[in-house]
Amino acid sequence: MLTIDHLVAGYGDVEILHGISLEVNAGEIVALIGANGAGKTTTLKTISGLIHARSGSITFEGQPIHDWPSHRIVAAGVIQVAEGRKLFPQLSVLENLELGAFVKPAKHNRQKNLVRIFEMFPRLAERKSQMAGTLSGGEQQMLAVGRALMSQPRILMLDEPSLGLAPMIVADIFNVVTEINKNDGTTILIVEQNAVQTLTLADRGYVLENGEIALSGTGDELLQDDRIRTAYLGL
Amino acid sequence: MASEQQPMTIIKPRQGLLPRETRQQLMRLLRYGLGGLVIVAIVWTLLNTGAISTWYGQWGVVLRQALVTGVLVGSVFGLVAMGLTLIFGVLHIINFAHGALLTVGMYITFTLFESFNVDPYLSVFVTIPALFILGIIIQRLIIHPARNAPGHNQLLLTLGLALFIENALLVGFTATPRFIRLSYARDEFSLGPITLDFPLRVFGTTVTLEKLAAFIFALLLTGVLYFILQRTDLGKAIRATAQDKEGAALVGIDIDRISMITFGIGTACVGAAAALVLPFLQVDPVAGNAFNITAFVIVVLGGMGNVLGALIGGLIIGLTQELWVVLPVVLPFPFPSSTKLLSVFIVFVLVLFFRPQGILGKK
Ligand SMILES: Nc1ncnc2c1ncn2[C@@H]1O[C@H](COP(=O)(O)OP(=O)(O)O)[C@@H](O)[C@H]1O
Ligand SMILES: [Mg+2]
Repeated sequence: MLTIDHLVAGYGDVEILHGISLEVNAGEIVALIGANGAGKTTTLKTISGLIHARSGSITFEGQPIHDWPSHRIVAAGVIQVAEGRKLFPQLSVLENLELGAFVKPAKHNRQKNLVRIFEMFPRLAERKSQMAGTLSGGEQQMLAVGRALMSQPRILMLDEPSLGLAPMIVADIFNVVTEINKNDGTTILIVEQNAVQTLTLADRGYVLENGEIALSGTGDELLQDDRIRTAYLGL
Repeated sequence: MASEQQPMTIIKPRQGLLPRETRQQLMRLLRYGLGGLVIVAIVWTLLNTGAISTWYGQWGVVLRQALVTGVLVGSVFGLVAMGLTLIFGVLHIINFAHGALLTVGMYITFTLFESFNVDPYLSVFVTIPALFILGIIIQRLIIHPARNAPGHNQLLLTLGLALFIENALLVGFTATPRFIRLSYARDEFSLGPITLDFPLRVFGTTVTLEKLAAFIFALLLTGVLYFILQRTDLGKAIRATAQDKEGAALVGIDIDRISMITFGIGTACVGAAAALVLPFLQVDPVAGNAFNITAFVIVVLGGMGNVLGALIGGLIIGLTQELWVVLPVVLPFPFPSSTKLLSVFIVFVLVLFFRPQGILGKK
């Protein structure tokens, strides 16, 4: 579904990704783990078209998307819950969600999806007229996930959704992610620093180190791998 | 996760008459308004006591006239500043060619009137789209290519553009001031049972047709702009882009397109303002400069990027300017007379000292 081939990308003069390759198949949950600064966010930003690929390719459902502007990538169904959430702080919860359905295919089903997201996250329904900037961290993350779901993702990419959140909220969010993967067949690419929970959840995983893929395998394989256990799991 | 007892109300989301953000701003305004009322009450009492009463008997008309004119003209300042603040909010540039574009709009109005006999209040239907398109062209050709340049370079770019426009207008129209005068400015109009005999007399003050029309149209257009921003998908996309560019890109908003359209809307505001002010001002190639400085101060006063703040700021600056120029006349002690613009600078300095985030801005 999503194929990244020898992707090189970076900021200004600095090259961050030195030719990474990875693949996400339809219906899978794939984890991308790695230490702080490894280039995980840069990878997702490049997929979303926020940063331009210098060389290599990104193919989504057979189409090369690495030259597309980000709004076209979003319209194709490649949706990201970004690091730092990137909400609209002075718009209401409802307006944030509605903007999730900004692109054509999603706009059509806006009301229907809204109802569903309010069922998934009743907290958001309670606070729908509150400004997003006044929500707690956990509620903001729910809103970020909800907004992404409003876009009707074909592949949903989450950048460290657990960062700074209480374990209960993390569990909630991971539940929703597995649920939409199972029920809707939405493909998931999840980026995490903290690997245990993610690898348990994931079908497969990749380990990113200094802008290069150091390891890959099924979730279980990676969980058993000695190098992973020492470097990322602290075991 | 999913809960069964979700109330049906969530299906038809209601957000009240106004969005929360606006309500909070209105509450803040209400507080200012109440404060204002208290001041008015104190002033009223003072005006009816002893020496002050005598003084007010002598100069009251002048003061009231300044208040009326200030509010009328301030609404147009507000419109101009709204355009500037909108552009700032989305593109993060202060467009120093804003005033020069206003001048362009005034010359369009003038030409339409002189050559084709088009009423200035009808010419808004030309100046608004014309300046919208001109804004879009400028954004595409000049601003967009420099979007990643440092802020001060973009600022110099718009200053250069202003100079270019001024000189082009100088070549095209010479430096001779031009004006238009409405044939019906002193007519009587009967609106059903009411007859309006211009200029109107209100509490001893004079309200001219030109300024009243400018006020009404400016408020109307401000309302339209506000509606577009609050209620339409385009408006929501504009506000979203202003609040988080990456977030906007990630929901599929075409940032480049929104930047372009926002710049167009911002300059369309001066297109409208140009047609509204020409009947009571005159135009020469640098006529927009004073507006540019005033609008910039209003943007800061209202809170950078705050559209409602720009309107309120416009009214405040309008009042300040008009009161300032009558001070040397009405004050019982010597007070040097100076230009209106000086009062704008004084307000600017005061705002920077005491409320740098602007009246409606948050810390
Ligand atoms: N906007 C930026 N400009 C320059 N360098 C950046 C920028 N964002 C991130 N970097 C650098 O890129 C590297 C990878 O960052 P990132 O992709 O955010 O890592 P991760 O998400 O894995 O923690 C880091 O060394 C970081 O300092
Ligand atoms: Mg990161």
